[in-house]
Amino acid sequence: MLLEVKNVSFGYSYKEPILKNVSFSVDKGERVGLVGPSGYGKSTLSKLLAGYLVPTEGEILFEEKPLPTTGYCPIQLIYQHPEKAVNIRWKMRQILEESWTPDDAFLQKIGIEKQWLDRWPNELSGGEMQRFCIARILGPKTKFLLADEISTMLDVITQAQIWQLVLSIVKERDMGMIVVTHSEALAQKVCTRIIDLPTLNAAGR
Amino acid sequence: MSQKKEKPPVLEVTDLSICFRMYDRGLNQKELKVISSLNIAIHAGEILAVVGSSGSGKSLLAHAVLGILPHNSSYSGSMKYCGQELTPHLQKKLRGKEIALVPQSVGYLDPMMRVGKQVIGIHGTERQQQEVFQRFNLSPETAQKYPFQLSGGMARRVLVSTAVITDAHLIIADEPTPGLNPEVAEETMRYFREIADAGNAVMLITHDIDLALSIADKIAVFYAGTTVEIAPVQDFLEGKERLRHPYTKALWDALPQNDFVPISGLQPYAGSLPSGCPFAPRCQYRTDDCSGEVEMRKMRGGEVRCKHAT
Repeated sequence: MLLEVKNVSFGYSYKEPILKNVSFSVDKGERVGLVGPSGYGKSTLSKLLAGYLVPTEGEILFEEKPLPTTGYCPIQLIYQHPEKAVNIRWKMRQILEESWTPDDAFLQKIGIEKQWLDRWPNELSGGEMQRFCIARILGPKTKFLLADEISTMLDVITQAQIWQLVLSIVKERDMGMIVVTHSEALAQKVCTRIIDLPTLNAAGR
Repeated sequence: MSQKKEKPPVLEVTDLSICFRMYDRGLNQKELKVISSLNIAIHAGEILAVVGSSGSGKSLLAHAVLGILPHNSSYSGSMKYCGQELTPHLQKKLRGKEIALVPQSVGYLDPMMRVGKQVIGIHGTERQQQEVFQRFNLSPETAQKYPFQLSGGMARRVLVSTAVITDAHLIIADEPTPGLNPEVAEETMRYFREIADAGNAVMLITHDIDLALSIADKIAVFYAGTTVEIAPVQDFLEGKERLRHPYTKALWDALPQNDFVPISGLQPYAGSLPSGCPFAPRCQYRTDDCSGEVEMRKMRGGEVRCKHAT
């Protein structure tokens, strides 16, 4: 099994845990849609899986091992707001190459124009910046993608462009993926299976 | 309907252009035109949905109406509120009372102020705030929280509350629904519909075409800083053939519930727009005519800016 979540609980305060005893697993080649109303811990779960937060109880196993605490995490998260996920005092080249150095063919495939590399983040639109955020985490060491509402703020044409691209790479490398979305139509189009977080969370209580 | 004809539209924007002054090299300045010859009108009782690509100037239009554009910008053309020219003085008087904005980013909340107090603002009451929170499924304790303690969807509902609590005659909602689950998003839309049915006007800026279709009366499609099509909602529901502009058809094709197939290419930058139709470089019907001036023209109960639309 590629990713296993075992009895994970987490809360920002001791009084009210957001996630209680959540368990599920995702295998290679699976694209799992994570759905549920806002405020039920979808983004929190994404941060736990990417290693940005540590569960208060339970464990998260990737390829049978706990997540690495140093170095490159094989599970990478694409954020909802690209403008909040980049360093505004770095130019796009530095932002992209912090992770890895893609070749020209890759940049062309993902739709990044070379002149954008010398721009500051505030000189790009949301859709353009989101391409960088996706390109940056698609390095060879990434084996699992978490997409937390990556296309809600994009127009539908850009949304379709970005998803075609992500899907082609995920399929090509046989990666696992979790897709957080509120759009049922989108989940039906891109996911192989759908998990309802409130049900999963309630089952553990 | 007859009554609508007599009264001037709540908001009428004619031939609006917006320019930004930017530094080029050294101290040389250049003008960057980001919106050009844009026209829209919203009548009382109507919801106009504004859809289109990111960076096509949808939010700028909202900010222009409210008079909160950045200082390095200038505009030409006319904006009228209930027949009155919107001057900076009038804008200042109306905004927050008669014209309300639901801002696009949850970053517009004051991070140092409890959200209940922000929703009440200057003109609201605590009772109104409690009612509107109940309506949007926000628990009463939410009022005591700071913005950082809210999830994305909760913060979004707080933003919508700040606008609907006023008795505004014109509500401009700039992307009110990203991050909301379908039930809450639909409730928000129903709320807007009620506000409109009570004789007010709503301008709904959104990427969520589905949601727009469920409540709007008319849809204005923006591309590269101008309106390319204004269509009755019915045309979108009936399908691609009823739509007029090639860009609108491309939007329709890219919807997840339709083909989910994008057209290639990107929207051109404000500084490097082609002459004539801005969509021409990506358009399959392009001819030499398209590089000339393309006017908005009436067609089948809607309007379109394209020489080849039928």
